[in-house]
Amino acid sequence: MGRYVIRRLLQMIPVFIGSTFLIFFMVYALGDPVAALFGDKAPDPATVARIRADLHLDQPLWKQYLLYMGAIFQGDFGTAFNGQPVTELMASAFPVTLRLTVVAIVIEIVIGITLGVVSGLKRGRPLDTGLLVLTLVVISVPTFVSGYLLQFLLGVKWGWVRPSVSSDARLDELILPGVVLALVSLAYVTRLSRTSIAENVRADYVRTAVAKGLPRRRVVTRHLLRNSLIPVVTFIGADIGALMGGAIVTERIFNIHGVGYQLYQGILRNNAPTVVGFVTILVIVFLVANLLVDLLYAVLDPRIRYA
Amino acid sequence: MPEPDPYENPKEAVAPTGAGGAMDLAMSEAETLERGGTGRPRSLWSDAWHQLRRNPVFLVSALLIVFLVLIAIWPQILTGADPLRCDLSKSQQGSAPGHPFGYDTQGCDVYTRTVHGARASITVGVCATLGAALLGSLLGGLAGFFGGWWDALLSRIADVFFGIPVVLGGLVFLSVVTSSTVWPVVGFIVLLGWPQIARIARGSVITAKQHDYVQAARALGAGSGRMLLRHVGPNAVAPVIVVATIALGTYIALEATLSFLGVGLRPPTVSWGIDISNAAPQIRNAPHMLLWPAGALSVTVLAFIMLGDAVRDALDPKLR
Repeated sequence: MGRYVIRRLLQMIPVFIGSTFLIFFMVYALGDPVAALFGDKAPDPATVARIRADLHLDQPLWKQYLLYMGAIFQGDFGTAFNGQPVTELMASAFPVTLRLTVVAIVIEIVIGITLGVVSGLKRGRPLDTGLLVLTLVVISVPTFVSGYLLQFLLGVKWGWVRPSVSSDARLDELILPGVVLALVSLAYVTRLSRTSIAENVRADYVRTAVAKGLPRRRVVTRHLLRNSLIPVVTFIGADIGALMGGAIVTERIFNIHGVGYQLYQGILRNNAPTVVGFVTILVIVFLVANLLVDLLYAVLDPRIRYA
Repeated sequence: MPEPDPYENPKEAVAPTGAGGAMDLAMSEAETLERGGTGRPRSLWSDAWHQLRRNPVFLVSALLIVFLVLIAIWPQILTGADPLRCDLSKSQQGSAPGHPFGYDTQGCDVYTRTVHGARASITVGVCATLGAALLGSLLGGLAGFFGGWWDALLSRIADVFFGIPVVLGGLVFLSVVTSSTVWPVVGFIVLLGWPQIARIARGSVITAKQHDYVQAARALGAGSGRMLLRHVGPNAVAPVIVVATIALGTYIALEATLSFLGVGLRPPTVSWGIDISNAAPQIRNAPHMLLWPAGALSVTVLAFIMLGDAVRDALDPKLR
């Protein structure tokens, strides 16, 4: 187990370097962060040269990248162009997005797996067919459409919830945005667990469990569910990173000041340190989530052993 | 397509599984009536086609897609008006005779713009899927076939692209592009889309190359090229087609999302994403401006995802 974790951590290094360098390249080489500082005005060449030297922008790109990464590992993510340290922006943004993601994941797990199990056990019945059609429709409606529609219907027309989220972003305010963020993944989780349950329900061990007189509830939760969850866990793990990155759209609709909001502002204003810093953290979250998923396999399925 | 159906097709000989036993029986009776009885076993493709033609999901989605492609090529079928001709005095008005969907904020006819919006979405979807599928199956297929360091390198490169959240990468990459054509968007989707296809192609080639007939071909002295083209390729391509069809739908949704965020397609290109983005702040006053393009977008994505689902069911006999 220990050796496996170390091997995986080592494998993560080139992927981490590749992803962050790609983003670094896009922001620093394709865009011009210094010109962005001045907006529409033509800057004074001497000032530009001084700023470029201060930010190491006169160095070759690989050297800039090394300097940047060196600073990051000492906890220095640089300064946003309005003078705020990027770490300060992160401290205000990440807790909000984390809460939103947790709400979304919980909704995905609870509702998605429940619907999937019900649907898989009733395979071929009207309920199953109805749920399958419903998931297809949900997958087809892009998040920004479902977001605006739900906000309009629940928030404005019927007044069940507040249409936008206040700046402290309490958990109860995040329920509707969480549903919107989770919606497409929710449909995938339902379909995945349905397929998995429908396959396993005919397995010998399920028949044995039924034959030896176990109550149905116990057969489903202890035997069937545990064996069927592996593909679902993989999906949810990979989804954590996607949700945090995809929160950009949801946060924009509901005016939530989280990671997506900061990134969107950063990208619009070509605020290079903010963008690269936030994306670096997101890449790390994604990689660690995938590692945890692989380790969870062994917990869910004792047949899998890591040497 | 010819229908050389055997009476003793092993797949049909097995008792029908699943809950719809009676329906399966009825269906196989209908099939029996149609059979020519030439005795040649059906290939995977003609078997799949046989299955597809009976699937209502396939028929509905295929009809929808044909319709969408037609109006993408000739929007004049449905409207003679110019989507860029607008009349500010009619801003945000509801439906009127000859203008069933009403007007948007600029006073443009929503119906005309919704019809013309199909072209951008279909172009981006089809071109990006073709690009990603060709690149992904080529790289993934070679990696799966030859293995070794090339495989390891390719898998790591694919991991790098997987590590970047798609919408975010799109914002960063496309915000520096100034062109207003569809090509930067297509290029970006191909760039982030190929690893998914490559992963599928790689796995499917690895499975196919272990089959006995491939070993037999090698034993008979076939070269790598011939084995790939004649034996492994045709037997590994089905999963790629399924994933690519479903991806086409999601790429269309992705294009609209990027346009919504202001970095995808740009005016004067007529795009559902742009129209939805312009309509969203006005949803309280004029919901019709959002509902029509959003409905068209959702139906298009749905059609491609349903098609992919039906094709998967037809190509994967295990799921029947």
